[in-house]
Amino acid sequence: MDINFVIEKFALVTILFSISLVIAMYSTYAERKVAAFLQDRLGPDRAGPFGILQPLADGLKMFMKEEIIPSNASKWLFMVGPGLAMLCACIGTAVIPWGQDLNIGGRVVPLQVTDINVGVLYLFGVVSLGVYGVMIGGWASNNKYSLLSAIRAASQNISYEVAMGLSIIALLLMTNTLSLKEIVAQQHGWHWNVIYQPLGFIIFMVCSFAETNRAPFDLPECETELIGGYHTEYSSMKLGFYLFAEYINMFVSSAVMATLYFGGYNYPWMDTVAAHVSPNTAALIGTVILFAKIFAFIFFFMWVRWTIPRFRYDQLMNLGWKTLIPLAIANIIVTGIVIAVVNKF
Amino acid sequence: MESLSNKKKVLEQKPLNLAERMYLPAIVKGLGTTMSHFFKKSSTIRYPEQEREFSINWRGMHSLKRDEEGRERCTACGLCALSCPAEAITMIAAERKPEEKDLYREEKYAAVYEINMLRCIFCGLCEEACPKEAIYLDGPIVPSDYLRKDFIYGKDKLVEAPLEK
Amino acid sequence: MGTSVFYFVATLSIIFSLMVIFSKNPIHSVLYLILTFFTFTVHYVLLNAQFLAVVNFIVYMGAIMVLFLFVLMLLNLNKENEPNKSALVKILGVIAGGCLLVTLVGSFKAVSINSPLVLQNPNLGLVKNLGKELFGPFMLPFELSSILLLTAMVGAVLLTKKEEKANG
Repeated sequence: MDINFVIEKFALVTILFSISLVIAMYSTYAERKVAAFLQDRLGPDRAGPFGILQPLADGLKMFMKEEIIPSNASKWLFMVGPGLAMLCACIGTAVIPWGQDLNIGGRVVPLQVTDINVGVLYLFGVVSLGVYGVMIGGWASNNKYSLLSAIRAASQNISYEVAMGLSIIALLLMTNTLSLKEIVAQQHGWHWNVIYQPLGFIIFMVCSFAETNRAPFDLPECETELIGGYHTEYSSMKLGFYLFAEYINMFVSSAVMATLYFGGYNYPWMDTVAAHVSPNTAALIGTVILFAKIFAFIFFFMWVRWTIPRFRYDQLMNLGWKTLIPLAIANIIVTGIVIAVVNKF
Repeated sequence: MESLSNKKKVLEQKPLNLAERMYLPAIVKGLGTTMSHFFKKSSTIRYPEQEREFSINWRGMHSLKRDEEGRERCTACGLCALSCPAEAITMIAAERKPEEKDLYREEKYAAVYEINMLRCIFCGLCEEACPKEAIYLDGPIVPSDYLRKDFIYGKDKLVEAPLEK
Repeated sequence: MGTSVFYFVATLSIIFSLMVIFSKNPIHSVLYLILTFFTFTVHYVLLNAQFLAVVNFIVYMGAIMVLFLFVLMLLNLNKENEPNKSALVKILGVIAGGCLLVTLVGSFKAVSINSPLVLQNPNLGLVKNLGKELFGPFMLPFELSSILLLTAMVGAVLLTKKEEKANG
């Protein structure tokens, strides 16, 4: 194997990993700030200027806390749970194309860890695996509330995965490929998929709210009913892992939405910009644009969280099975008919 | 029963129409409401640095007053201790010596005057009971502390600073 | 390198599937089963069947096993309240297991060992080729199996509906 190839991928993975961690760290800060601004408050502002060091203080606190494992917990699984949650959250970033190819010293360096030709399905696999962290942790705690929360998480994720998969099928009918790199390349300029698939996008977005256990679908960690949900018994950095995994999930699903529906690194008049600067700069501008979209989505996640109250469990299931799935199927049929008609004439 | 005031209104609960059942319009409206708050000025007062203005009838920490010549007004009559519903005030009286004439106004004064701030309910009855207008609850918020004994405030904390001459 | 990876993963899948049977706690069994499925996914990847690998990953690991785990967590199977099995059940179990073993050994004898599996088309597992195969020559079996699944689904819905009527 080419040594340069190994170095390049290793560097990319390291950078992606640290970016996800930093973004997750500062999402906790951003969440508190956004919540504060939406409620006419100031939010954390003591640690450093504007409280910018607050995540570091929180992290230090997490590390310093006493580590408690309940005496009747299944010890091994109790430790596996948070690790699995974190792992599943992190590996999602591998297939997302973060920018156009860079040209470093004559070598073409793609800004994507791997371009597997079933990238979309891989993302689904990672998402569906993510629920195991919650389930195992909740069951191993040997606590009724944790167990209830684990069961809620499982049924919620499974229900919404169906609608999510169906909403994506309509998109795949249009793109004719499962590779994320090609899907992004097809959305050159302003040909973003959201223009052709608005309903599919709304369904996908609602489902990704449910898959990341974010409000208004944060039933697994609903404090009023389940104390702390699946992480009731967790303390110290194990709790930190669960909280972190939630924010990384949010980052990844924002990236997926930006990639699938909002053009990824594409932006209007990108050709005009590319004509005036060097190819590498153009690619980096695209990456910056992608991150701007991701941050906009993360902000939207928070905005929704501090606006809409939590759904009741039966409402959640009704919405998933009786509204989103039929809508998604209708969307597939309409898209299929339109594509058939367009191809005929 | 018939309403006498005619103010009663009967609310009609209609079944939700299509737009309402879609949730989305209502959600967008809600998002608009929260976003309008995003740009509003925050109402936070950063406490230790900034303080909220107290109302005129605010009752805070006690202070033992001095008269216009800078002498302590308290004569240790004990009416404040008697009136206190929380039993927070104690004192020991002493007789004024001739050379202390410019320290204490009356012939009897409080050698020790203690208020237990953990017992005090800030009702202001001591202020009302005082015949010499010597005690007022016009101070700031009582600060926090770690030990119970540190909440028993003696004269060193209660008496007003001496007048500047 | 490919073969050594294969033997490593194959050993792992055998160990995990044995653990499924031998672990006392049903939840642990299910978790080992998930690991076994994961090793199968790796096998599919080694065979360059990416689509099948990912579908195995999503459907078996991500959905079916979650439901298994879901049900077992709800059942709360403890060692204490497990009913003692009678001698008759044990004998029947031994006979059934023995029959399965005989069938398996017989079928293994029929398979010739010395012909390693060679794919005629190594790219068969890619999405495009698999789709063309499924919706071309194998159209009828594919649609029939989907009708079978639909029947099962309708049956499940019907079962829950009947219950409701009896109550109401």
